[in-house]
Amino acid sequence: MAEVRDGLRVRGAVVRYGSGAQGGRDAAVTTAVDGVDLDVAGGEVLALLGPSGCGKSSLLRAIAGLEPLSAGSVAWGEEPLTAVPTHRRGFGLMFQDGQLFPHRDVGRNVAYGLRGTRWGAPRPVRDERVTAMLELVGLAGYERRAVTTLSGGQAQRVALARSLAPSPRLLLLDEPLSSLDRRLREDLVGELGAVLRTAGTTALYVTHDHDEAFTVADRVGVMLEGRLVRVAKPDALRAAPATPEVAAFLGLPRAGSEPHRTTSDGGSRVTGSRHPGSARLRPRA
Amino acid sequence: MMPLAFLGLFFAYPVATLVGRGFVTDGALDLGGFAEVLGAPRTWRVVWHTLSQAALGTVIAVVLGVPGAYVLYRRTFPGRRVVRALVAVPFVLPSVVVGVAFRALLAPSGPLGFLGLDRTFPAIVAALVFFNYGLVVRMVGTVWERLDPRTEQAARALGASPLRAALTVTLPALVPAIASAAALVFLFCATAFALVLVLGGSRYATVEVEIWLQTTQFLDLRTASVLSVVQLVVVGLALVVSGRARRGRERALALVESSRATAPLRLVRRDGQAASPLDVGAAAVTAAVVALVALPLATMLVRSLRHDGAWTLRHYANLATTGDRALTVSVWEATANSLRIAVDATVIAVVIGMTLALVLSRRPASRTGRRALGALDAVVMLPLGVSAVTVGFGFLIALDRPPLDLRSSLVLVPIAQAMVAIPLVVRAVLPVLRAIDPRLRQAAATLGAGAGRVLLTVDGPLVLRSLGLAVGFAFAVSLGEFGATSFLSRPDRPTLPVVIFRLLGRPGDGNYGMALAASVVLAVMVGAVMTTAERLRPLGSGEV
Repeated sequence: MAEVRDGLRVRGAVVRYGSGAQGGRDAAVTTAVDGVDLDVAGGEVLALLGPSGCGKSSLLRAIAGLEPLSAGSVAWGEEPLTAVPTHRRGFGLMFQDGQLFPHRDVGRNVAYGLRGTRWGAPRPVRDERVTAMLELVGLAGYERRAVTTLSGGQAQRVALARSLAPSPRLLLLDEPLSSLDRRLREDLVGELGAVLRTAGTTALYVTHDHDEAFTVADRVGVMLEGRLVRVAKPDALRAAPATPEVAAFLGLPRAGSEPHRTTSDGGSRVTGSRHPGSARLRPRA
Repeated sequence: MMPLAFLGLFFAYPVATLVGRGFVTDGALDLGGFAEVLGAPRTWRVVWHTLSQAALGTVIAVVLGVPGAYVLYRRTFPGRRVVRALVAVPFVLPSVVVGVAFRALLAPSGPLGFLGLDRTFPAIVAALVFFNYGLVVRMVGTVWERLDPRTEQAARALGASPLRAALTVTLPALVPAIASAAALVFLFCATAFALVLVLGGSRYATVEVEIWLQTTQFLDLRTASVLSVVQLVVVGLALVVSGRARRGRERALALVESSRATAPLRLVRRDGQAASPLDVGAAAVTAAVVALVALPLATMLVRSLRHDGAWTLRHYANLATTGDRALTVSVWEATANSLRIAVDATVIAVVIGMTLALVLSRRPASRTGRRALGALDAVVMLPLGVSAVTVGFGFLIALDRPPLDLRSSLVLVPIAQAMVAIPLVVRAVLPVLRAIDPRLRQAAATLGAGAGRVLLTVDGPLVLRSLGLAVGFAFAVSLGEFGATSFLSRPDRPTLPVVIFRLLGRPGDGNYGMALAASVVLAVMVGAVMTTAERLRPLGSGEV
């Protein structure tokens, strides 16, 4: 995993807000992301987990090119992307509240990002892809529906289909389920993981919800106060949270750099995140 | 019921009389007047001027205003507040003043005299754009600054270039706001009176100007009545379109706090971020327009301070005189008249407007109740569209004989001005009232407050906050009102705009200089009133 040939490579990323854009006399500068190194290998789903305000969304937006980096770099494999505008990065982004275009129906929302010509793909290609995408997210036949008539869960499925339609080399998901109620969230998170794997998408999934992170991701990174403090497989992370802060955030039984029952790679209780329901396997004291 | 009776007496009755005058001769229905007037090529020329000036003025104001809205509301830069204030100035300026400023700029001796545009069609259109640019910027900008930027970002993340994202995502979201602004601007352009009168005279007369000419110059009241009906049709159509646009506006937009949606203007490469071509283009257009907005005002100010090639205050000193055989009273006396009338008109407009707004803010449970309220809403907004000239002319022919003879009465001018100001008062207060959560009233009721007490303790204090704005609007409108006043003011008690117009019509360098100085005085007064009112504006209220 140390060698990333094809995948996201973030080095020393710093994002600041309220910076001296007006001439540098503004003193209220907050550093949202403070020197983060991050690799996501091709085909991998990595969850960024952290409490609200820890900078995970800022990091995601910086990777998408929506937030300028004050320092550091973003690259895909060997291709530097720091100065590349958002629309040429080939990354998809799914927002917390979908951000569907209200003046376009479901089909035309999904088709928006399909390339081919400068302004879109030829019609038959487009229609076929839209149909396939809507099938993938379980909304076959919804092409003509107005997005305003969709329920919250349906809207997020359409947003997912729209993000996946152009086959982005990296899909960034910004708390995609947190605006939904809990029942729906628990249902959708397993589905979402399955869709991502079916599509073989490389994904960076930002969330503040442990269950979601452990369910959907191959690896989980924990962010606290702008720093990426630990990246590990879910079971390894639980077994060895590395710092008291991480342990406290994860709600593990005893805060400490060496948890009381571990040495191996996490044991057999938590073998992976792909089984639906594994979200409930989090150990409780 | 009281405000409705007032509206009926001082709006519906005069307008109906006016319309009747066009249809009825000697007690019998007679469409001969229509046939005659509508058969005259002069009429169609006038209608064509009205529509083409308004359409062209609207299109240019919108095309220039949308980039302006982007730069001044979506982007931040040092000095933004100052530029926004500057852009808002022309809209509150009395149209007589705008006319004078453009004449000063374009006259053969003015800084742009070499263009030869004085008293031409382009000059009128330019003045209309000048007048309404700020309105477009404000109406579009206040929606744009709260538009959720993530919708556009979603498009960018899907591979859309900044231009494609702007055209396919942002623009459709703004269309209702733009349409709404365009309809209103068209309305103002189509009813522009003093501006066209000062800049175009009879050569480029619009329907409004023609009504005035027919009434005051040719004393042909029948033709004027028919033309008023024509004007009512034009305005009615514009209002219908505007209403449609406003309804479309209610489509749910993803709105956020403006602080989250704005970003610094990117004109040069900085912090590793390239300059944005969209920003550069929009900023260039806006800078040019702002310079053009400042130019006539600066010219007017400079020329009011010059005489025979030297700096002087003599034009201002002359304001204490009646000019060179031009006036019956001194300009300062006229100013005092204006202020006195404005106080009266403001009191009337605020009392009636507030009452109407209270009624309009109710949400009746029954369907007929809602219908009636919708109708009332339209009726109240009518004076905004029915031009001041029509109001003034209607007063002139309806209220000059029994049962009501008010022509020589001093109350006529304030009432006419109040009619023009009422829609603005309603528009300033109504959003505040509508924004009051009905549950607040319900909470008061469950605590044992009767209807009267709820009004007094819940609605009252909240509305008071918008009162400043309403008073400011009414006062400024009344001070600058010319259309209706020009029909109604008595020769011995002219108002400041009337005096300015009269000074312009008299020969002599001294009179012209006085007109400029008086315009500056009027502009400063209106500006001061509006600035104070803006300070009192409660957050997120009022559109105009």
